[in-house]
Amino acid sequence: MKKVFTRPRSLKDIPTHYCPGCTHGIVHRLVAEVIDELEIFDRTIGVAPVGCSVFAYNYFDCDMFQASHGRAPAVATGIKRVLPDRVVFTYQGDGDLAAIGTGEIVHAAARGEKFTVIFINNAIYAMTGGQMAPTTLLGQKTTTTPYGRDKDINGYPVKISEMLSVLDGTAYVARVSVHDPAHVIKARKAIKRAFEVQLAGLGFSLVEVLSACPTNWGLSPAEALKWLAENMIPYYPLGEYKKPAEVG
Amino acid sequence: MYEAILIAGFGGQGVLSTGQLLAYAGMLEGKHVSWIPSYGPEMRGGTANCGVTISDSPISSPVVSEPTSLIVMNRPSLEKFEESVVPGGLLLVNSSLIDIKATRKDIRVYYIPANELAEELGDARVAGNVILGALLELTGVVSLDAVEKSLREVLPAHRHKLIPLNRRALETGAALVRRSTAVRAG
Amino acid sequence: MAKVLMKGNEAIGEGAVRAGCRYFFGYPITPQSELPHYLAKRLPEVGGVYLQSESETAAINMVYGAAGAGARVMTSSSGPGISLMQEGISYLAGAELPCVIVNMIRGGPGLGNIAPAQSDYFQATRGGGHGDYRVIVLAPASVQEIIDLMRLAFDLADRYRNPVMVAGDGILGQMMEPVELGEEEDVQIPPRPWAATGRMGGEKKLINSLYIVPEELEQHNLKLARKYALIASKEQRWEEYRLDGARLVLVAFGTVARICKAVVDRCREEGLAVGLIRPITLWPYPQKAFEPLMGKVDSFLVVEMSLGQMVEDVRLAVNGRHPVHFYGRCGGMLPVAADVVQEVKKLYGGEGN
Repeated sequence: MKKVFTRPRSLKDIPTHYCPGCTHGIVHRLVAEVIDELEIFDRTIGVAPVGCSVFAYNYFDCDMFQASHGRAPAVATGIKRVLPDRVVFTYQGDGDLAAIGTGEIVHAAARGEKFTVIFINNAIYAMTGGQMAPTTLLGQKTTTTPYGRDKDINGYPVKISEMLSVLDGTAYVARVSVHDPAHVIKARKAIKRAFEVQLAGLGFSLVEVLSACPTNWGLSPAEALKWLAENMIPYYPLGEYKKPAEVG
Repeated sequence: MYEAILIAGFGGQGVLSTGQLLAYAGMLEGKHVSWIPSYGPEMRGGTANCGVTISDSPISSPVVSEPTSLIVMNRPSLEKFEESVVPGGLLLVNSSLIDIKATRKDIRVYYIPANELAEELGDARVAGNVILGALLELTGVVSLDAVEKSLREVLPAHRHKLIPLNRRALETGAALVRRSTAVRAG
Repeated sequence: MAKVLMKGNEAIGEGAVRAGCRYFFGYPITPQSELPHYLAKRLPEVGGVYLQSESETAAINMVYGAAGAGARVMTSSSGPGISLMQEGISYLAGAELPCVIVNMIRGGPGLGNIAPAQSDYFQATRGGGHGDYRVIVLAPASVQEIIDLMRLAFDLADRYRNPVMVAGDGILGQMMEPVELGEEEDVQIPPRPWAATGRMGGEKKLINSLYIVPEELEQHNLKLARKYALIASKEQRWEEYRLDGARLVLVAFGTVARICKAVVDRCREEGLAVGLIRPITLWPYPQKAFEPLMGKVDSFLVVEMSLGQMVEDVRLAVNGRHPVHFYGRCGGMLPVAADVVQEVKKLYGGEGN
């Protein structure tokens, strides 16, 4: 009998700690599938952040680093400068990448560092208990914005893909979502392109993935996906913000 | 032999490079040497100084807090450092730019119009070497030949044409203190 | 081989290159600038990478990445920048990554100034970041010793898989002295089977300092503690200067030790039996240097460019058996030999000794 669905080689066969309905698992799987498909497993090095995906180093079966909060792009820079022929990716959440690690991500992008960033935007700090993230939407209630995010107090959500795409060092920047199967397939394509851009040595690549956090949003998994589609996508438009001529 | 030489002046007077030249010459003569600058914002346009120690034995402290010889290229340096010279020490004053006299009576003081002499030689920038020549003559800390050899090593080849001028500057300073006691006071 | 006249900061760079270091990540700060200037030119000549980072925080994390990927790597900074690096240094210690961190100490706290100081002693020797860890700290006192200690720094970092800090000050970095560089040798960097370089058909490697289960972190802490105990027993280094028959012993490191040598010479000329212990490793602290002196000397005088930090380690080493006095200047001021001589004369053979 033909096997039509199996665990990617690049993922370990162990249970994750992610909550029910969390989309980290889907994105892990997409990254692992792309690594398998491009046959780069043996020469790929991943960098896990601080945040919910801190244990990503346990789930990906390639060589892994655990980085300090926000500094994954700096760690990846060090790795890639020493081992330019390896494939390096960081996997970072929105608190990690868009708040404490803003300096590192902007300058890695500006330098055109040849690694790939998977950026999970779920509009909240999840691991520490549902606090406001730089990506939290206006009006969105979190444990530190109990009355809803107020622009006069907290300012506006940060649009990372738009910001980074104007830098000359970035080669590929896309925003995708994983709230339904059609979008998951598109997300996979974007992640594959990002790795291909790295393999071609074209520069910095980043895929921002709009992601659901039912636990901290206080919604059921199904409601969370609906909330994502109805609230996040209008503020964070999907699409390829920058791509080199050579790909797609 | 132990000489702790402090050279002080405005930034841009070549104070640091004159000191380096002296240290280099000491090294070429097989002596123990150290060179230590003042640094930071004060070296950009303000006053600059460096301490050079040259000794037959290993140098314990490279910090020149009590110089055996002091070269001052401007007035603030004279006012700031005259007190620090060891009794019986040597003070060389660039009288082209300093219109006051030293007050110490327990040290040897020479007034050298270094800028005028340098201009007579055709280039005001060798004033530092005029006064360095006087120091070499009075202390014998290193030979004039060693300084010339150092110039050959530290200057890039395309600037070697400047070496004869620098040599004349050193000789001018040396000759001045050798033939004339009129410049001496104190 | 002929000697060359070199600045201390340049010697750090040349010493690192000759120790096989090929990667430097750093952010500009006075008074260590000649080092990055030197390496920006020198590293490309030997096929290495010089990269100016966007911050000291980024620099130390680039070091973490490069060290975990198996490189001999270093960074350099001064006071405020080293403070910013502390989180990263803690991660490096926790993940047991070898690297070299240079701190050309300047005056503090806060922005302080750029003049020489030794007031980062506590930060360097107590593990300036969070958690139970130690960093090996080397304190050169001459430009020649910088060259020698840079090689040792990288070797110790590799031997113990631990960050090594080279602690100097602005004077040491800026001063020029002749150095014997010797022949450039082909450095064999020890194999790094633990490095995460891509599996390449082998086992998975992980560079990590997270042990979420308390029992596991305790085991990790105890393993580190055994390593630190081994380092403390094997790697104490110091220089003794004219200790023969000394009644008063000066203790000083780095630039201040040079000044104190002049003090010792002057005191000996005047018939005072004064000697010097110069710690070369600040951690592990050279406690062994003090044991043979117990019961044979009157007292110790610790001289520092701080309000008194190393003096605590001397008191620990002496452990109440002799008086330990302190003389310090701070804020970028240097202890002047004449003043230290005065201090020695006040204490020498006097009350309380």
